[in-house]
Amino acid sequence: MNPLKKFLFELQEISILSFGALMALFTKPRYIPETIKQMDLVGVGSLPIVILTGFFTGGVLVLQTFPTLSYYSAQGQAGEAVATALVRELGPVLCALMVSGRIGSAISAELGSMVVSQQIDAMRALGTDPVRKLVAPRIFALILLLPLLTVAADVFGIIGGGVIASNIYNQDTNVFITSVRNGIETQDILGGIIKPVFFGLIIGGVSCYRGLSTRGGTVGVGLSTTSAVVQGSIAVIIFDFFLSKALQTILDLGRL
Amino acid sequence: MQASPQDFAENPDQQDFLQPIDRTDRMIPAIEFRDVELSFDDKKILDGVSFEVRKGETKIILGRSGGGKSTIIRMILGLLKPDAGQILVDGEDITAYTEKEMMGVRQHIGMVFQEGALFDSLSVYENVAYRLHEQHIDEETVEKEVRRMLRFVDLEDAIDKMPIELSGGMRRRVGIARALVGDPTIVMFDEPTAGLDPPTARTICELAIKLRDLEDVSSIFVTHEMNNLDYLSSEYATVDDDGNVIFEEEGEKICMINTRVMMLRDGKIIFSGSDEELRRTEDPYILRFIRGK
Ligand SMILES: Nc1ncnc2c1ncn2[C@@H]1O[C@H](COP(=O)(O)OP(=O)(O)O)[C@@H](O)[C@H]1O
Ligand SMILES: [Mg+2]
Repeated sequence: MNPLKKFLFELQEISILSFGALMALFTKPRYIPETIKQMDLVGVGSLPIVILTGFFTGGVLVLQTFPTLSYYSAQGQAGEAVATALVRELGPVLCALMVSGRIGSAISAELGSMVVSQQIDAMRALGTDPVRKLVAPRIFALILLLPLLTVAADVFGIIGGGVIASNIYNQDTNVFITSVRNGIETQDILGGIIKPVFFGLIIGGVSCYRGLSTRGGTVGVGLSTTSAVVQGSIAVIIFDFFLSKALQTILDLGRL
Repeated sequence: MQASPQDFAENPDQQDFLQPIDRTDRMIPAIEFRDVELSFDDKKILDGVSFEVRKGETKIILGRSGGGKSTIIRMILGLLKPDAGQILVDGEDITAYTEKEMMGVRQHIGMVFQEGALFDSLSVYENVAYRLHEQHIDEETVEKEVRRMLRFVDLEDAIDKMPIELSGGMRRRVGIARALVGDPTIVMFDEPTAGLDPPTARTICELAIKLRDLEDVSSIFVTHEMNNLDYLSSEYATVDDDGNVIFEEEGEKICMINTRVMMLRDGKIIFSGSDEELRRTEDPYILRFIRGK
């Protein structure tokens, strides 16, 4: 197959898989314990790294922009700068990238080894639909929890920014908080929560597809894990651009 | 219920008038392939394969690795669809069945995978109980059935172990127990003795013989080990007066052993018949295969 044909084929397969998993959520049988387990893995498990990422990203944003802002005597707007950047862009994207690395790799490695050890075949032979049992809970957990993780990253990012502003640049905390509150609007928050829903779907779809289409023994598992993370992350970044544009139009965001 | 095979053994010529209705049903093969073809990336894996497995019969499939044996089994389960030809299970043409329709067919097929394919994350108990848990059967019934199946494969002690703690032979036996839950009428073994020591391999063959002679199961037994063929085609299981299962060599008694052999080469069936016919063949390829030289 030539590369373009292969790409289109995989895109189609990923879409069919994700769609099938979403549809499976609306009908029985549902696998509730499996879903809760996945939610724990995705949500609770990723919380520490997401908080750390958010905190230090917020911190470094203030660290780098504060001197420039003071040059234009606009240091009062540091909070706004951090909050907008985080809530609109960096929170959703960084969070999705962290989760893609942590969860996407885990999903494709787990499903991939189930494929090569014939556990997926065994499951089908025993009358279970793997899309229902394995894919749907994972995609559901990602869609539900990625927005929540993003909120955590945003909040801790703003806290990180505030800590740097007050400790390194001696800015009054109230000034920072006021600036944050003036800076972000409802649409920003809405957009920042809609994005991760799609990112969750992308990460789940790509990594489940990669895992389930594993071929060629343990070497194949390694390859699918790598491609799940790489393709998931790239898809998130590319899709983020188009999603931002769409949200700008729909929510009337980011006007000049 | 069909008459048990012991009845046949004792009264071989009575079955006709004792079971007149069953016979028409028993004429329908458990599994039938009609001119099945399959290719992977321009490579022909199966090329016009036709055969049938009759009810209560054990079909041994021989052939080199990579010859398409597992592929045949995967097709019967509907895990893979042929490019051309038809596959019938119990007279039903399953070739064009959807995944959902296949779920019904798979209910009465048991499958023993090459390496056992146990679910790593579940205990032995949960593995064997898998099918019953999926059907939301109450736990008391499940436990009784799981213990019965584990007793059948002589592994009741391992009930609380995790698959990782088991030896290769034990994993294979748990795989057999899992496949037999729900009393399937068709059981397929994919190289169940590969890589096992001779006594364990023998135990697994005995299980297959018990299924054939005492449970009236139709089965496909894929192997490339000739001693498996010897066991399955020269011994039969009966129950003695004390209710113990015993294995007897085929001797002066009428040949009751319901085992046929089939051999694959390059996607084609090059031999199909009884084990005696296989041993009498003059085909150099088959001779090499049988004697290993
Ligand atoms: N999903 C697949 N994609 C491509 N080739 C496959 C696939 N499954 C099996 N094959 C090929 O089909 C051939 C037959 O495989 P298989 O049925 O597993 O052989 P056997 O069980 O007799 O050892 C092998 O050459 C194998 O490489
Ligand atoms: Mg095989």
